[in-house]
Formats: sequence, C-alpha cells, structure tokens
Amino acid sequence: MKVGLFIPCYVDAFFPEVGIATLELLEKLGIEVVYPLNQTCCGQPMANAGSQKDAAGVEALFVKNFCDFEFIVTPSGSCAHHVREHLNAIPDTPEVQKVRRHTYELVEFLHDIVKAGEFPWAEFPHKVGLHNTCTTLRKLRTAKASEIDEPFFSKPLDLLRKVRGVQFVEPSRPDECCGFGGTFSVFEEPVSAKMGYDKVQDHHRAGAEYIVSADMSCLMHQKGCAERLGLDIRFIHIAQILNGSRA
Amino acid sequence: MRPINHAEASSHFIEAKEHLEFHDRRLWDLRLKRDRQAHGIPEWEELRNLASTIKEHTLSHLADYLEQFETQAKTNGAHVHWARDASEHNEIVYGILSGRSAKTLVKSKSMLTEECDMRPYLETRGIKIIETDLGERIQQLDAEPPSHIVVPAVHKLRDDVSEVFTRTIEAQPGNNDPHYLAEVMRRNTRPYFLNAEAGMTGANFAIAETGSFVVCTNEGNADLSANVPKLHIACIGIEKIIPKFEHLAVFIRMLSRSALGSPITQYTSHFRAPRPGTELHIVLVDNGRSQRLGMKDFWYSLKCIRCGACMNTCPVYRRSGGLSYGATYSGPIGIIIDPAFDIRKYSNLPYASTLNGSCTNVCPVKINIHEQIYKWRQIMVERNQLPLVKKEAIRIIGKVMSEPQLYRAAISATGLAIEHLPRFAIYNWLNPWGKQREVPDVPKQSFRSWYLENRTR
Amino acid sequence: MTSRDTILAAVRANQPTPTPGIPTIPLFERPPPRSLLDDFRDALVSMGGKFVPSLDGKPLDSLLKSLFPDGQVVCSATPEARGTRVIDRSTEPAALADVDVGVVRAAFGVAETGSVWLSEEELTTNALAYLAQHLLVLLDPEQIVGNLHQAYHDPRFKTARYAVLVTGPSATADIEGVLVHGAQGVRSLTVAMVPLPAVSC
Repeated sequence: MKVGLFIPCYVDAFFPEVGIATLELLEKLGIEVVYPLNQTCCGQPMANAGSQKDAAGVEALFVKNFCDFEFIVTPSGSCAHHVREHLNAIPDTPEVQKVRRHTYELVEFLHDIVKAGEFPWAEFPHKVGLHNTCTTLRKLRTAKASEIDEPFFSKPLDLLRKVRGVQFVEPSRPDECCGFGGTFSVFEEPVSAKMGYDKVQDHHRAGAEYIVSADMSCLMHQKGCAERLGLDIRFIHIAQILNGSRA
Repeated sequence: MRPINHAEASSHFIEAKEHLEFHDRRLWDLRLKRDRQAHGIPEWEELRNLASTIKEHTLSHLADYLEQFETQAKTNGAHVHWARDASEHNEIVYGILSGRSAKTLVKSKSMLTEECDMRPYLETRGIKIIETDLGERIQQLDAEPPSHIVVPAVHKLRDDVSEVFTRTIEAQPGNNDPHYLAEVMRRNTRPYFLNAEAGMTGANFAIAETGSFVVCTNEGNADLSANVPKLHIACIGIEKIIPKFEHLAVFIRMLSRSALGSPITQYTSHFRAPRPGTELHIVLVDNGRSQRLGMKDFWYSLKCIRCGACMNTCPVYRRSGGLSYGATYSGPIGIIIDPAFDIRKYSNLPYASTLNGSCTNVCPVKINIHEQIYKWRQIMVERNQLPLVKKEAIRIIGKVMSEPQLYRAAISATGLAIEHLPRFAIYNWLNPWGKQREVPDVPKQSFRSWYLENRTR
Repeated sequence: MTSRDTILAAVRANQPTPTPGIPTIPLFERPPPRSLLDDFRDALVSMGGKFVPSLDGKPLDSLLKSLFPDGQVVCSATPEARGTRVIDRSTEPAALADVDVGVVRAAFGVAETGSVWLSEEELTTNALAYLAQHLLVLLDPEQIVGNLHQAYHDPRFKTARYAVLVTGPSATADIEGVLVHGAQGVRSLTVAMVPLPAVSC
C-alpha cells in the first residue's frame, strides 16, 4: 500500500515530530509513504475566513501534488475535513473529486482502512486526557458526540487502548470546543483564550499528565495557554503515542 | 454605523469573573439537563428528523398553509391582520389598542415584539406596557434588552436583580433572596393583570388545520395576559405555522427538553377562539421572513422553534453573553439570522464562532447552523464586509500558501523571528495570539528538511 | 395590493422546491415499565406538583380542609366540591382575584409529562386556574393517556376555545437559576386521583 502524506503547514513549521511520527508509524505498518515536496497547505485558513478566491490557488496546488495517490493521509482532522467537504474554491473536476474521496485523517485511516490491530512497539505509561477535536468528532465522526443519542463508539480510543500503560482520565466537559477555531484564535482572542484556559484546567483537574489529540492545531493553542498559565501538563499527538514515543 | 464588535464586547464580559462563571455554568447545566432528557427518549433522533421534515414541508408550502390558518382563525371568530414589516406590525398593534382606548398592556415573552422594537413605539404613544415574564421584566426595569431568548436575565446575579428591584419597584434594599425577589415581582405585577385593558402574547406554534396557536410558558403569565383582559393580541411570525395538531406533539415533546431539560413547560396553552364577549386579534408578521425563505443556503433557519438549545451549548455564547451580539437573536441562531436583517451591522457575527458544530447537533429541528455560519462568511467576503486588515491578511496568506518557495521562505522567516526577537517584540499589541498564550517553540528543522535529510537521496 | 397580498405573493415567489408530504407521526407507544398512573405520578412530582393517590373513602371537602386549612375563599368549578365562592359563565376573571383555592376536574392526564388537560368546560372561567393561589385538580385514573402523541389526537383540542396542559405549579428560575414556585400563577398544584362520579339516571 502506498500513501501520499500531507503535513499541515503548522506541523511542518512547529511540530515536525508529529509529521515524523506519522511517517514512521505508517512505515512500521508496512506502508510506503511518499511526501510530495511541493506541498504547502490545504486551503483551510482562507476558506474558513470565507475567501474562496484566496483559497483557490492553494487548493489547486494541493490537488496537483496529490492527484496520483489512492490514499492521501494527514495527521490533521481539520485538513482532512476541509479537503473532503470544502475543496470548492476550484472547479469540481474528476481529478478534484478523486483527491477528495481519497483523503483520510490518520485515525480514520488506521482504524477503517489499515485496521491496525496492534502497536507492539508502543508503550505510554502516563495519565492521558483524550481531546477529541470538534472536526474529528462532529464532522468526521470518529467518536460519539455527547449531544447525539447513539451507542458509544470511539476510533481514537480503540487505537489508544492497544498501547501498553496508557491510563485514561476524563475531564468534566470532554467534548466542549477548546477555542482554537483557526482564525478565531486571533480575531476573537478573548473568548478563544478563555476557552483554552478552561480546557487545559479541566484536564489538569482530572489528573491528566498529557493531553492527546488527532489535531496538533488544537494542541498548539492549548499548549500556548497551559504554558502561559504555568500549568504542569504536556501535549502529544496520537501519532506519536502510536509510534512509540515514551514521553 | 460601525459593525457590532463581538470580540470587544466579549472581553468586557469575561472580565466580570463572577458573572462569567455563573453564566457559563448555568447554561452548561441546561445543556446537560437537555442531554439527560434527550437520551431518556429512545426515539429522540427520530423526533428530530420528523420535526425537520414537518418544518421543511410546511415552509415549502407556506402560502397555502398561511391561507388555511387565516380561514380557520376567522371562522373561529379571531381577527387576522398581516404586517409586512416591523413598523407595520407596530402600527397595527397601536391601531387595535387605541381603537379600544386600551392604555395598559400586559404581555408575555415575544421575541418578535423585540425584533419589531414595539415597546418604545407604543410607549411614546401613551400605552403603558408591562412585561410579565420575570426575566423580561427585570430587563425592562433595567432598560436593557433581554440577553437570552428563554432566560432573558441569565447574565445577572441575584444582587443585580435586587438592585434593579430596589430602584424601581420598592424591594427591600439588600435582600437578594430569589424567592423574596420573585414574590416582590408577583405582587407588583398582579394588579396590572387585573386591570389592564389588553393582553399580548407571542406564539410558539400556529396550527393551520384549526387556526389555533400555542404558547408555552412556565410562569403562567401568558395565560393571565390572555385570559383576564377582554382583548388578546397575538403576534406571530409567519414561519411558526405547522400543518396539524398531531404534528404539535413532536414539537412539544422536544421544545422544553431542548430549552430547559424538562419534559414540558408548566403551561402549554392552546388558543383557538376568543372567550365569549372578548376579542382575539392575530397579527401575522413577515419582517424579512419571506425574503429569507428565498435564500437557497439560509432558508433552513426558518425552521427554528426558539428553544435556545444552541445558545446553551455554544461555548462562545456562554463566555460572551447574548448582549455581545447586539441583536434580538444572539448565539448560533442569531449569527445566521441577523445578517439577513443588516449585513453591515452584523458582518462580524459569523466570525464569532469556532465552527465546532455542537449547535447543529442539539438543534431539535436539525438546522445545519454551523454550515450556514460558514456560508455567511463567504457572503461577507463577496459583499466586501470584511475589515481591511482581515481582508489583507487572508489575501497574503493565500498568496504565500499557493507558492511553495514563498511558503518555505515564510516558515524560515517566522522561525527566525520567534527564535531571535526579544520577548517584547513578539508579545505586544500587534500579536493577539500572544496576549494570553505562549507562541510555539521553534524546532531545529521543519518536517520537510527532516524528510529531505532522512528519506531522500 | 394589501399587506396580505404582498406577503403571500412574496412567500409564493420564494418558497423552496416543495418537499414530499409528511409521514404519519407514530404514536411511539411503549408498554410502560410500570403503570401509567405511576409514570404520571413521578412526572407530576418531578415538575413540582403534589399527588394524592385517593380520597381514602373520605369526602372531597375533608381533603380540601386537610390540604388547605387556611383556605378562606374556595372556588370550585366542579359540582363535586362545595366552595365558598360561586363561579359561573358570567363570572368576570378579575372577580376571582381573591380566591385562595380553585378546584377543577381535568378531562384527562398525560403520563409522559404529568400534565392535566383543562379547557373552558372544566374551568368555567379560564382565569380560575391562574388567579387562585392554589389549585386542586381532580383526575380519574382511567383518563390518563400514555404520551403527548396520544394526547394530541384528542378531538377536544379542536373544539375548545382555550385548552391548556397544566404541569405542576407556576414556576420560574429566572433569578440565578433558583427554582421558585408561584411565579405569576398558582403557588401549588395538587392532583387528586378521584374517579368520575357515577352518573345518576
């Protein structure tokens, strides 16, 4: 199996270890991973701000880089969702439709496509709070959302349960938004910061040593809040735990 | 006029720590109560589908159902008036009142009358209006609009209410016991119920089959307003129509469960015809609804049954308060309705959202709220409603991201800047991110450099 | 063109593509885990109402005295109770302002919510249910339906001028979320399970 790896801009710039962990993990599972060198961004920041015009160039570049892959995988729920549902600043050609259909967020990919059974190299003996991001939860539906009346399910939990040593703690508001929201974090800074503070303090009170998530963007915001608060709590992407990071 | 600045209003709201903490906790509690009720009914999601289907069907045949409603209501002995907009609504109401020399009006909660700005219009023409819903009355006495459509004074603490009542209706200063304050209100309002010449209600639902309309309250104030005076005026938005009585069950089962987490309101009142010797006037109001009906991406917002569940679940609403939206309708539903009234005034509202989607999940009539918020942002850009700074920032990012070389240069530059600039140069008024958060650390190399070194030859 | 015509024309022009008809709404009847009466009682009590399971063979007036020892002005809209204040179809609402206890017989109850159904038939003067300080409602336990779907099939909704589903006493939590009974309407609501009197020929 061969996948095209898409690494979001902020992971490329600030959290390369997440990209590295994603790549190494996929390779450990016997998958050939290709990283198109001319990738940049999926277009989400511009599209979420409402500007289709400014997103068009970026989206076209994304399609150009990834149109030859049967599987496009990214360690970012929000990017995967954008590509699948919102890549409409450009005409919806068969090429674009193919890219949209074949784009997966990492957890969905591991759970639904690879059906990864075990991670024998992984061990993470820490108390962990799972942050299901709003995109993976309510749009990609990788876990049950608390508002909906349906049986419980959680793809990230299914994967993390296969890792030795992980102890889960749950905050009082497990799926309340953390307040990142992309440009919201800058244009509505007061509420964004308050939401981030509330989120990290909630996990901290529950005893979490680490907050783990499938989206580094949310974690970047939460980390910024926790550091400013001086809170003793660390942040890690699910790819890193599954890949065998010990801390 | 300047657009409403939600972010600025929210920063003031957040500064009042005790108020913020109560507001957030109280509304989250209503959300949890809602969950308990919803999860206690195995057919909850089926009810949501039915409610949405009923509303979509009705709205797509609205003219016929409106005509049916009018015919039935008139047969029942009610007068039916039609108001194209807010001013016509106010004129009609004034015409009815002055025609009968009515000088005092007791009214129950109606967002529609807020939307039409009815009170000042009538007051300047010599009509005394008494809001009888406790939350609405608190706000009326404090000369402040309601902040939440179901719990209008949720942003106030008991001390605030005590202060208002001491100032306006002779409550004992310093007595902030909610039971005492509610009793003061009860005694103050009762004479108005008994002596008012006219009573006004809104309506939660209007039934085409029978010409009836339904009002749901917990206090019984709508029933008093309607059943004591000899004149009852009901103001109803045209989108409130549903076809038949049997459809009502679906909505009544979900309304209070969604709003307050109780199976039903204490009073669910069905009005079909006037009491003998009295008059019933129904005012059907358009005020932009027919226009919204024609908006391909936004007409679903007309399904709204005004439960407020979206506000209770919205993490932004809970931390900024309804007044920060500057409109009768606030929170998620407000964001998708208000720009249709005034696109410039409310141009910022679609950005007062993280697009987290919780609102859509709790909406009993399955309005795709967060998707409409996303679409409104596109309209704002198309209609050039974005402030210049925002517009430019997005344009520049779009340009940088669409060219690999520019992108790579920007990443290096940002990295260098963060690594080498002194703290004061990074954390200042130019950098909103850094006001209450640390910026990320800069790694030794980007992912791309690592990949080039470790996976390519 | 009148406003009516303008509005209807605008609505017709803007109506979205008609969606298909509405399916029949199921009754969502479920065999209750316990009896309808138990469900009704639990729902009523959770909404702040009081439940009297039976008269225990005693006359209604003695229940009234035991529930409302201080009740000075008792106004009954049902012939089953003797009040101190007469009410008939000519009674003006405001004349009921000093009533301490109102007594009515509900047409039916709803187990799902603990509600009782009243109309001008049962109330004589509608305002009785709101101006009285307390309300005692008689309900025949055989007249309890399971849920609101069943309730809304009752034909009396289509003939009553005014019909209300009353659930517990008047309430508000508008001040700091603190629950208060007796907001504007009755301070207490008691439902007494009293079978309909036998009809004498």
